[in-house]
Amino acid sequence: MSDTTTPRFGRRAGNALLTLISPRGAVFLLLAVLLVFIAILNPDFAEPGQFIRFVQRVAPIAIVAIGQYFVIVSGEFDLSMGSVIAAQVVIAGNLIGQDDSKSVPVLLLMIGFGILVGLVNGLVTTLLRVPSFIVTLGMMLALLGGVYYVTGGSASENPADGFREIGRGGIRDVPVVDIIPWAVIILAVALAAAIVISKSPFGKSLIAVGDNVTTQRYSGVRVWWVKTVAFIISSLSSTIAGVLLVGYAGVHPSVGRGYEFIAITAVVLGGVVLGGGRGWVVAAVAGAFTLEALFTLLNFADVPSTWRSTIQGIIIIAAVAYSAVAFRARRKGPTPSASLESGKEPELAGVPADAAHTPGPGQRQQITNGG
Amino acid sequence: MRRNMNMAAAIVGVAAVIALAGCTTDPSVTDPDEGDGTTEEINWFDQAVFDKQDAERDVVPEGPDGQPYLQYINAEMTDTSAFASEGAKKVCFANASISNPWRVTGWITMNQQLKVLQEQGAISEMETRDAQDSDDTQIADIDYFIEEGNCDVFLISPNSTAAMTPAVERACDTGKPVIVFDRGVLTDCPVTFIHPIGGAAWGIDTSEFLIDNLEPGDKVVALRILPGVDVLETRWAAAKKLFDDAGIEAVDYFTGGDPAEIKKIISDELAKGEVNGIWMDAGDGGVAALEAFEDLGVDYPVMTGEDQISFLKKWQSTGITALAPVYSNFQWRTALLAVQKIFAGEEVPKEWILPQKPITADELDEVLAVNEGMPDGHYATFGGEDLPGYPEVWQERIVP
Amino acid sequence: MSTATARPKRRIRLDSTVIVYLALIVVIIIGAILVNTAGRNFFSLGSIRGILTGMSVLGLVAVGQTLVILAGSLDLSVPYVISLASLLAAETMRGNPNNMAQGVLLALAFAAVAGLANGLVVTKLKVHGFIATLGVGLIIKGYLDTNYQGSAGKVPAAFQFIGATGLGPVPISTIIMLALATLVYLFLKKTRTGHHIYAVGGSLEVSRLSGLRTARPIIVAHVICSVMAGLAGLLLASRLGVGSPTVGSQGGYDLLSIAAVVLGGTILAGGRGSIWGTIGGVAIFAVLDSVMSAIQFNPFLKDVVRGVVIVAAVAIYTGRRVERRRARFATKETAR
Repeated sequence: MSDTTTPRFGRRAGNALLTLISPRGAVFLLLAVLLVFIAILNPDFAEPGQFIRFVQRVAPIAIVAIGQYFVIVSGEFDLSMGSVIAAQVVIAGNLIGQDDSKSVPVLLLMIGFGILVGLVNGLVTTLLRVPSFIVTLGMMLALLGGVYYVTGGSASENPADGFREIGRGGIRDVPVVDIIPWAVIILAVALAAAIVISKSPFGKSLIAVGDNVTTQRYSGVRVWWVKTVAFIISSLSSTIAGVLLVGYAGVHPSVGRGYEFIAITAVVLGGVVLGGGRGWVVAAVAGAFTLEALFTLLNFADVPSTWRSTIQGIIIIAAVAYSAVAFRARRKGPTPSASLESGKEPELAGVPADAAHTPGPGQRQQITNGG
Repeated sequence: MRRNMNMAAAIVGVAAVIALAGCTTDPSVTDPDEGDGTTEEINWFDQAVFDKQDAERDVVPEGPDGQPYLQYINAEMTDTSAFASEGAKKVCFANASISNPWRVTGWITMNQQLKVLQEQGAISEMETRDAQDSDDTQIADIDYFIEEGNCDVFLISPNSTAAMTPAVERACDTGKPVIVFDRGVLTDCPVTFIHPIGGAAWGIDTSEFLIDNLEPGDKVVALRILPGVDVLETRWAAAKKLFDDAGIEAVDYFTGGDPAEIKKIISDELAKGEVNGIWMDAGDGGVAALEAFEDLGVDYPVMTGEDQISFLKKWQSTGITALAPVYSNFQWRTALLAVQKIFAGEEVPKEWILPQKPITADELDEVLAVNEGMPDGHYATFGGEDLPGYPEVWQERIVP
Repeated sequence: MSTATARPKRRIRLDSTVIVYLALIVVIIIGAILVNTAGRNFFSLGSIRGILTGMSVLGLVAVGQTLVILAGSLDLSVPYVISLASLLAAETMRGNPNNMAQGVLLALAFAAVAGLANGLVVTKLKVHGFIATLGVGLIIKGYLDTNYQGSAGKVPAAFQFIGATGLGPVPISTIIMLALATLVYLFLKKTRTGHHIYAVGGSLEVSRLSGLRTARPIIVAHVICSVMAGLAGLLLASRLGVGSPTVGSQGGYDLLSIAAVVLGGTILAGGRGSIWGTIGGVAIFAVLDSVMSAIQFNPFLKDVVRGVVIVAAVAIYTGRRVERRRARFATKETAR
């Protein structure tokens, strides 16, 4: 390392700037740019009161992004998130009814159900060796069909206001921001927990497993357990999102639809590599914020809603291409090329032999209305 | 260097897709020849249809009092004596889907009506094939019925208008009676086409209500479920025209029926300025829209929703100025009753236009009383109060 | 000695496709019993024709999807390619039989360009197939949403013929689909690019080190896949008589094609699989659908059944094969 006379601060600032434009930091830059544009179009947005409501509505998405992050970093995919949310929302609606005292037991039941779904996803993927794409796809179809069957395709009554407070309300009369929604607090806690987990030995084995399963196996990590826990985290995150959404949106079988797709996009925008082995959970959350900021910007800019998909598509490709290309550029210089065993070059077009892929939204079109 | 070229190639590739997309906006330019047939250009606003339905709203329906599912408007009767025959008949029903609560309500009602007709000996059984919202599947279903079904009558609720037309014509060609209801098709070969007045009438009812209760210059946010669905597009086309004429600023969004999406859209709109009215092309998710106003502590808007119980209850509890248009759910009963009439040789209207009366504020309490205990996804104009199993079957909402 | 070396090789290649067809037979038997208990005949003309028709569109898409998955990528843009192809064809034809060729060519040209875009984004921009095709699909979706509010165009009667007629119980569309599947199968087996697709899917790094230009097979796979989707769109236009902006999404062709491919024994990671296995997977879905419709199964539960069947079927064969490699040298154990 050359010894320079540049003051440390300058070097730090320089590094920070480099990080911002590197794939690792690119999502934060993009997010900042989008937020600035929104504020330009609508100056009220920058008001703390309004901004915190924005955070409230991103919260469910950010939380599922956290869950999906753990799954993707371990080299798998979880497509069942949307259906888990729908199922949890319906469970809450049907079992709590108008009776506030049932909130806590039903909440425990929902958590148990979330753990069960994650366990099934994880075990079938690791022990029966079915690609996670297939397992979670099957789970998605089964849960969704089940939810529609039980509800007869429609919403039941919204549960008691007490339970809905979690998603709708918050600490009121706070100076400056006027209200701190519970959702924001829950998101902060979830993010903190995620950071702790990812820095823990478990978290590191998770990333390592995603990177190279064979080496991990040889180093004594119980791969099946580690991946299963990742799926459980994912289903739990869907459960929490479900609780928030019951409050925010009410009980309806189409709540949460497509969330797995949004989560995967958010995680990828955050620079996490599909196929696992690399990525930062905070960046995944930033990816979620970026997506929602993009949609909000489109709303404020009066862009015809019909062009939204196109813009979304372009941004997704651009963001991921940028990461892929820029990342490769940084990796010049002698690095040991990936061993043939792992067969993995995550930034290349192919896909590693161990990881399973994922598909997409592909939801059959459901016309939700009369006629 | 090569990387730059590759990037360039990729950008060219993607640009090509976009450019091609732009270039093909009007393929008729590349082909000046008019063919034998005409293209079915879909322009949802049709002045003639608009005027017709406008007039129909004011017509007093003919038919038995208190049984709106048997009433009809401006009907030209058609003679069915050719089909008259004794014995219980088999109905083959090609259903578009039961993928939304309106259709589920209708399906439950239809099955109760079926039981009554089976007891009366008019119908032996009804075999149903559900196309799960897919045109291709429904065409296959109808062909299956034609081939295999041993059907005495074809009952079809088409998934989409133009695409289902050839299949319906094939059904007609069998010589057996064909009944079409809900969305229509582009042929008049069926014995009868059953539907409420229509989308234009809905659009007129709802927009007139909002216009009467608002000032020119006020803003209305229109929440639409999906693009391209005929029954929904016609509603918006009529409403938009009237809003434009009255100087009301109307912006529309597609929501997919997702309440979270609805809430976000309304919140963003409220952040941009005042929202004085909400127009919905279908009632699902109306509650979320109102909650958005509550969360921000803003005055409620004037609103039109639909006769879904969730909206009606919210309307009653908040006391907003609102109207609930209906897309008469009881048409699902009429379809089976038409089967009975046809085989009895009775006349039926060629185009069976059912009454379509919105629920106004003074009717609200009574309507909710009749529908007490019904789940949120139930529709108030289900017309099944005199069917066996009322009210439990609809309250429990078990899908047959 | 040579038979001992040959046997393990052939055993593995037969395995996955044979399993799929065995599973298909099991499903048919169970289905036939269920259908007969409901009072209908599974083997009747209309029923068989319905099943074969149900196989045609999905079969076309799934064959294309097989190529892409073999190459180690994925294609999620198919529903939108299908829809737009149907619209372009129907609008160009405008009911005039003289325009049929133009309509078909335009639709296929568009499909090829879409496939090219997919392939270029995957290979040159180094974006994972899932994201790349998702993005391209969304771009097309935005275009569809903006320009089409409902079905459009009209397909002349002569073209509708293709979707409607058949030789006895076998519809022409199924024959076309099987013919194309055979062509693709031969392409994979006999041509160099076909072999390269397998190689690139198996290991990109090894292929590159062996001197292959890795971009080309991937791009070719994507182009063929999109063209197959375009053909599927044409077939649907023929059946519907019009073009429709939603026909592709109505059928759920992206997820179902991927599921059929995996069901057919192709590995998602690429490098191993067969077209005939995919056709078997498509057949299983078609039979399942037909049986469930015939017994008037609750439509909501149909999805539950599909989900369970997909997972169970895949579990059965990945359970067997695990990470079996071809034995390089025959030993006493493998030559059993």
